Amino acid sequence: MMIQPTTCQWRLVCTVDDIPVQGSRVVQRAGQDDIAVFRTANDEIFAVVDRCPHKGGPLSAGLVHGRSVACPLHNWVIQLDDGRAQAPDEGCALKVPVKVDDGGIYLGLD
Amino acid sequence: MKKPQLVMVGNGMAGVRTLEELLKLAPDLYDITVFGAEPWPNYNRIMLSPVLTGEQTVQDIILNDENWYAENGIRLLLNRKVCRIDRARRLVHAEGGTVVPYDKLLLATGSNPFVLPVPGKDLNGVVTFRDIQDVSRMIEAAATHRHAVVIGGGLLGLEAAAGLRARGMEVSVVHLNECLLERQLDSEAAGLLRRTLEGRGLSFLMPRQTEAILDDGQGKVAAVRFTDGSTVPADLVVMAVGIRPNTELAEGCGLHVNRGVVVSDTLQTFDPRIYAVGECVSHRGIAYGLVAPLFEQARVAANHLAQFGIGSYAGSITSTKLKVTGIDVFSAGDFQGGEGTEAITLADPTAGVYKKLVVKDDRLVGACLYGDTADGAWYFRLIGSGTPINELRDQLMFGEGALGDSGHSGENRAAAMPDTAEVCGCNGVCKGTIVKAIRDQGLFTVDAVKKHTKAASSCGSCTGLVEQILINCVGGAADVKPKSEKPICGCTDHTHGQVRKAIREQHLTSMVQVMQFLEWRSPDGCATCRPALNYYLISTWPGEAVDDARSRLVNERMHANIQKDGTYSVVPRMWGGVTNAGELRRIADVADKYDIPMVKVTGGQRIDLLGVKKEDLPGVWADLDMPCGHAYGKSLRTVKTCVGSEFCRFGTQDSTGMGIALEKALTGMWSPHKVKLAVSGCPRNCAESGIKDVGVIAVESGWEIHVGGNGGIRTEVAQFLAKVTTSDEVLEYSLAFLQLYREEAFYLERTVHYLSRVGLDYVKARVVEDAENRRALQARLRYAVSIEADPWAERVGQTPRADVRDFQPLSV
Repeated sequence: MMIQPTTCQWRLVCTVDDIPVQGSRVVQRAGQDDIAVFRTANDEIFAVVDRCPHKGGPLSAGLVHGRSVACPLHNWVIQLDDGRAQAPDEGCALKVPVKVDDGGIYLGLD
Repeated sequence: MKKPQLVMVGNGMAGVRTLEELLKLAPDLYDITVFGAEPWPNYNRIMLSPVLTGEQTVQDIILNDENWYAENGIRLLLNRKVCRIDRARRLVHAEGGTVVPYDKLLLATGSNPFVLPVPGKDLNGVVTFRDIQDVSRMIEAAATHRHAVVIGGGLLGLEAAAGLRARGMEVSVVHLNECLLERQLDSEAAGLLRRTLEGRGLSFLMPRQTEAILDDGQGKVAAVRFTDGSTVPADLVVMAVGIRPNTELAEGCGLHVNRGVVVSDTLQTFDPRIYAVGECVSHRGIAYGLVAPLFEQARVAANHLAQFGIGSYAGSITSTKLKVTGIDVFSAGDFQGGEGTEAITLADPTAGVYKKLVVKDDRLVGACLYGDTADGAWYFRLIGSGTPINELRDQLMFGEGALGDSGHSGENRAAAMPDTAEVCGCNGVCKGTIVKAIRDQGLFTVDAVKKHTKAASSCGSCTGLVEQILINCVGGAADVKPKSEKPICGCTDHTHGQVRKAIREQHLTSMVQVMQFLEWRSPDGCATCRPALNYYLISTWPGEAVDDARSRLVNERMHANIQKDGTYSVVPRMWGGVTNAGELRRIADVADKYDIPMVKVTGGQRIDLLGVKKEDLPGVWADLDMPCGHAYGKSLRTVKTCVGSEFCRFGTQDSTGMGIALEKALTGMWSPHKVKLAVSGCPRNCAESGIKDVGVIAVESGWEIHVGGNGGIRTEVAQFLAKVTTSDEVLEYSLAFLQLYREEAFYLERTVHYLSRVGLDYVKARVVEDAENRRALQARLRYAVSIEADPWAERVGQTPRADVRDFQPLSV
């Protein structure tokens, strides 16, 4: 699932270096769910709403491996590229459009 | 580039399992073609009995439907019997003219039922019990005919007989031997089984040898005649006298065959391009007819087909189970016993329970259970692991449940539990859900059950029960192994022990080195292996290996305990549980300042601040101005103390002072799992030393040290390690024991489990009897602790190592 970027605008949130390798940062939004922005070992950047589809755990606090994160509460593994939970679990974290431009990380937000 | 061609002959459980394992390791290596002689995709042959009784349907037992083959790009040729292999040209010829070339060939031709060479064996109405077609014939016969004769009183024969009886036929079982199941049961158990089956309406003709099957004059079976001249009427005759490896193809192309297709420990035949697995194989002279060994073979063969080349199959110990509803029979290993063995037996014929355990040289070597098979899995593990049983011996007969209290005692209930009964209290999973997942998804391991149902995936106390349900569902096919023999996770085939050894012997000091040297399959591991590897690295090479924060799970990365709503709990350290007015005042002020919703006293004599927001953590730590309590870590948690001789009228020593000294010496120690200590000032034991990893109890003449206690999931009483006189000795012995545990235990193995794996005698030899080693162990632990700084102090910015990015939210 993906927030449709039709009406969205790109907002700078931080630089790539602001996120630890194999780590994440939380982006807070007034009145809306937090967004977790991840940096993988290969410096790929992904963003999803910071809620595990299982019990709402903060994915930003999970262990990042490959292009996935393991939820800190019950170890569901969420694939960051499409937000899906790894089988046999079923569910999907809401993916947020993200782009990297000259070291800056931009989220596509309403 | 064209991929090499892998052709598999035979579409049964062993072969398809090999493909599954291969696809996991190297999904794109081969173009795969599968020949199956039957019209069905891979199904669970061991579940034919429930299909015969009507408890399941054919659809229920399909393991891989045709979609699975399609999704994995496998060309599936059903109903196509292979008739010839041309090794010189590397071609497989099938009936109907199909010819497929191969680069690698996998023979998984299984076995054929053995048909007695007696007159009348080809009459209409004589069947075997091997595949779906046989079962259909039997079901048809049961609908229209009355008399069935089953020749063979082995597992298959009895399952067939019970199935036909359940479908309303009059069934006689003919057996050559005086005892039923003589390969699985001793005569006592066999007698009990016979009486139970007779009670269900089966009749037995034994010992009796079949001489001929007589016809009704129209080519159909009418009766069976025995060598003693007697006859019994029959409309249906089921031959279930055994199986023979199907080696026709292998022999036809000149491969070495000796009962089965002869293979090496890598499952290779004498032609290196041809592998063979399953019932058609003869490995070190043994042809296995049970599914568990076949799965082990599959794993090894797949590893070599994937060109990893590191697996080796050394043979299997097998266990068997009779799948007749309501009759529990289990046997494993050498249950007959013989010279040099002793047998422990329990017999309660009225209740229909019989158990025999065969012991040799302080090890369990065989088990034969009738009526109550709940502990079969446990005995099987003890046989497989060769664990010394001298300490268990008194309890051995009463099962694993007798060894502890709450946790695993449920195991005995497994078979009798209704489907609605809750198995996993943590995740609310009932038995019916587990059974359904095992059947529908074709699961064979506890890990797979965990993944699909979540049962046993949290606290793990119901693992034994899940294992038992698995065994009840799939019998000997259940893949139950102790942690010491299992790979760490899906990223590797190496066990915890192998990884620890490699890190030590190869002097590996970083995650990247370990993953490269041991050929990890994933680029940077997973949430299971990375925390384990990080612990192994820093505990083996303290000061040299870098502690990788990104390989720590959330609590150890944030130095606080994550709660279900994403907030954290903070527990400051109070040495030995002693605090003062200043600390309490600061705690109260922090609770007010940060709006902390709950303040609670913990079981370890500390104070817990619950509901702290992540971004507030550094501020909370700075304002508390107390050391980190490590209440979140695989590390020293607390040293619980009683007030001891300073105030208590019963106290014999200064237990509080001793506890504080231990806590100061151990704070900052990372360990395989959490470690809790207690020091009591007298044998009244108010600090509960009997259920701690290290429990110290003061007596008038000194101190007793107990180890391996546990108050958690399953209460375990600590075992006596040593008695010492001075407090310095308490420190030396306690630290030495914990260092031995740190160096040798597997990640997430509590002291009690480590102890049961290596034995208390071993620990005593290293810690109590060897003074030099004890001092060396203690010194290594003191060094490891000396280089750890207080994590809270670091993260409030007092040292340059702090990574504050984890705590600071961004905003838009």
